[in-house]
Amino acid sequence: MTIRHAACIVGAFEHPTRHAPDKSHAQLHAEVAAGAIADAGLSRDDIDGYFCSGDAPGGLQSMLNYLNLTVRHVDATDIGGVSPVVQVAHAAAAIALGRCSVALITLAGRPRADRIRTGTEPRIRHAAAPDVQWEYPYAIPTAASYALAARRHMHEFGTTSEQLAWIKVAASHHAQHNQHAVLRDLVTVEDVVNSPLVADPLHRLDCCVISDGGGAVVVARPDIARSLARPVVRVLGAGESTGHQHGGRIDLTRTAAVRTGPVAFAEAGVTPADIRYASLYDSFTITVLLQLEDLGFCGKGKGGAFVSDGALISGVGRLAVNTDGGGLCNNHPANRGGITKIIEAVRQLRGEAHPAVQVPDCALALVHGTGGQLATRHGAGTLILERAA
Amino acid sequence: MTNDRAIPPVRPDPESLPFWEAAREGRFLIRRCRACAQAHWFPRSLCPFCWTADTTWEQASGHGTVYSWTVLRAGAVPNIVAFVELDEGPRMLTDLVDVDPDAVAIGQLVEIVFCRTSDPDGPPVPMFRPR
Repeated sequence: MTIRHAACIVGAFEHPTRHAPDKSHAQLHAEVAAGAIADAGLSRDDIDGYFCSGDAPGGLQSMLNYLNLTVRHVDATDIGGVSPVVQVAHAAAAIALGRCSVALITLAGRPRADRIRTGTEPRIRHAAAPDVQWEYPYAIPTAASYALAARRHMHEFGTTSEQLAWIKVAASHHAQHNQHAVLRDLVTVEDVVNSPLVADPLHRLDCCVISDGGGAVVVARPDIARSLARPVVRVLGAGESTGHQHGGRIDLTRTAAVRTGPVAFAEAGVTPADIRYASLYDSFTITVLLQLEDLGFCGKGKGGAFVSDGALISGVGRLAVNTDGGGLCNNHPANRGGITKIIEAVRQLRGEAHPAVQVPDCALALVHGTGGQLATRHGAGTLILERAA
Repeated sequence: MTNDRAIPPVRPDPESLPFWEAAREGRFLIRRCRACAQAHWFPRSLCPFCWTADTTWEQASGHGTVYSWTVLRAGAVPNIVAFVELDEGPRMLTDLVDVDPDAVAIGQLVEIVFCRTSDPDGPPVPMFRPR
């Protein structure tokens, strides 16, 4: 049993807003849902599976009530911002089992309008969570969590702030072509390392933007996909896992991508060298570097050299990454970057990315996300997609 | 001992209460499994490595080394967050106190110090300082 060729992404939509004080949270979910369904050329009555995550206000039941959807398959998996990436695989599995035919996945939120101090203010998600008493007193917000990983990586492998900065530089090269991006100005390595420290060794420009908005994708049965006018993007393989403190044996230099990558590549029957475009979660620059290593695009500890000198810039470097500008420059709606990662991969495979960043004849793409916090608990999902001939 | 930041109080639960009662007396306990002999962090009744319930409290040395650290500068008072690798083995999320951020380094030797939280009646929380 495999999800290889079991389902296709037929619709994708990214909300153009990055600041939505005039919209409700649920309204953003509805607008991206309608946008993705329209992109697919389907109607709301075709939807028989619905997927949302921790960003959906009120959860599945409130969203289904608000959207007035009646479905036969639901999934509210929440492993952080990566959730939609694993939900595409869940949708493919559900479609393979006949539990639904057209699955809608939405992600949206408005942390910017709500002035949430994302990344620098610790949050308690559930007072009875077993970890709260062992973590909350120490004030470890998201930025500190990823900074701990960056520091350890620098210590073990000699990675430098300048190397991490190249990841932001590449994102800015892509974002200059994205009219919706929060940050469209080109930045240099010097700009990044001279920006204020947020949590050593991460600077302000090592961190993703805080933005409102969202996105949605529609996953459907292959025969439905072929009946539609849009280019067909097939699901080839996927992997999911989580990483945590492992009873006190945490290794801050490795993410759960070491488990999701091999599973996804094996199911897809491809290798990292085959990938033409990669959407890699970029909550922080270090996130991208760790994922590149853990997915096997380069050896452990070699990520700093791999990303340097514009290596992630489309048309210039060795691997085009986050050609929409990523979370670092374009969009990180609801503090969750999973949906935008899928959407840009779909654009690339359809040949609909901005011409300045489109990978020529892009037939195979990888999407990988790291949600949550590296130093405490994180979710991971890998998705490999191909353009159908 | 306190650091300059208002430390959020902890809410002990039935599983963790002995740890926090010991903390009030300045004793730092860790949990070890008698079946597999491994110490773990944070303390659990069921061993996270072998899932047997034959775990017990033991007084730890309170000594460790810095595994990684960062200075969070967003608040009014910079806060040094760290993982400390205890001499007993487990790596523990904590804060470093009584040290200039410029003087912290991975591998640095540290020792336990209990810091009061914003709840004067609540237990103090374990943090670390250079030794």
